[in-house]
Amino acid sequence: MVNTDTDAARHLRQRQLYFPWPAVDAHVILNRMAQYSQARFNVSFAALSDPVRRGVLEQLMRADASVTVLAERFHMTLTGMRKHIGVLEQAELVTTEKVGRVRSCKLGPRRLEEEAAWIENYRQLWAARFDALDTVIEELKRKEKRDGRKKRE
Amino acid sequence: MVARRENESAPTKNRTTSERKSARELVITRTFDAPVRLVFEAWTTPELFRQWWVPKSSGATLLSCEQDVRVGGSYRLQLAHPRAATPMTFFGRYLEVVPNARLVWTNDESADGAVTTVTFEEKDGKTLLVMRELYPSKQALDMTIEGMDEAMPETFEQLDDFLVTRGVGAERT
Repeated sequence: MVNTDTDAARHLRQRQLYFPWPAVDAHVILNRMAQYSQARFNVSFAALSDPVRRGVLEQLMRADASVTVLAERFHMTLTGMRKHIGVLEQAELVTTEKVGRVRSCKLGPRRLEEEAAWIENYRQLWAARFDALDTVIEELKRKEKRDGRKKRE
Repeated sequence: MVARRENESAPTKNRTTSERKSARELVITRTFDAPVRLVFEAWTTPELFRQWWVPKSSGATLLSCEQDVRVGGSYRLQLAHPRAATPMTFFGRYLEVVPNARLVWTNDESADGAVTTVTFEEKDGKTLLVMRELYPSKQALDMTIEGMDEAMPETFEQLDDFLVTRGVGAERT
């Protein structure tokens, strides 16, 4: 069901190595964990342990969707999908809102936090790169000054 | 001696910003204390480029770097990383090259790769650099960001190990 294009998947793996996440460091994860209770973490781990729920998250990254649409997409009964959504809601990975007779699902605050964390990591990669570029540029500046002096002499 | 002088001038106060500007676009900005011509030179000269593109903190090593900086010209970077079984190759073509002003290139290692536009703008002897990465779709950018999750199983294993050694693996209910 959750059919990831292999080319894209390969690209992702490349990028991860190219832009390694501090999050891969267990200590960073633990620091983050410290902000949550043990119980809260168990809820998150449990929520992500199911392939259907991971598929739902992937789906919601593309667009918001109603419970009915999600149930159809994953070939499930409405009741079955409601249970999955309930688990994701508890973990704050998904929020739902009832509009008229339709219950609409979208990504919850946790997903947005993760996106913000990614963008911050991305910034740090570029900051490191540009700091190195500063050093190269400083060297060019010095060289220009030296050459300029030589010309005047 | 040169190293000491670098430390004295430590030009690291300029702030790099990053933002998801839209569903498909990431934007990075940075100011450099140098005229545009020097920033552009450091960006487009392979011997200089390879000195800064792969920061030490990434753990990666640049194996090779080819840049043919002209419209239609191509680039190719090969990187090694302790966690990659084989070297990674990044490649693409330059779509626009305006000396001291603008570079646009493709990222062709993936069908979902972004088109990167870098603009250089000089003001009072300083250079404002703006880099935009425009992905072909919202999904492509989401997937890139999502890459973090692909690393998660490994992370969880490390976390498990850590918790076990710390003796907090036993659950309290």
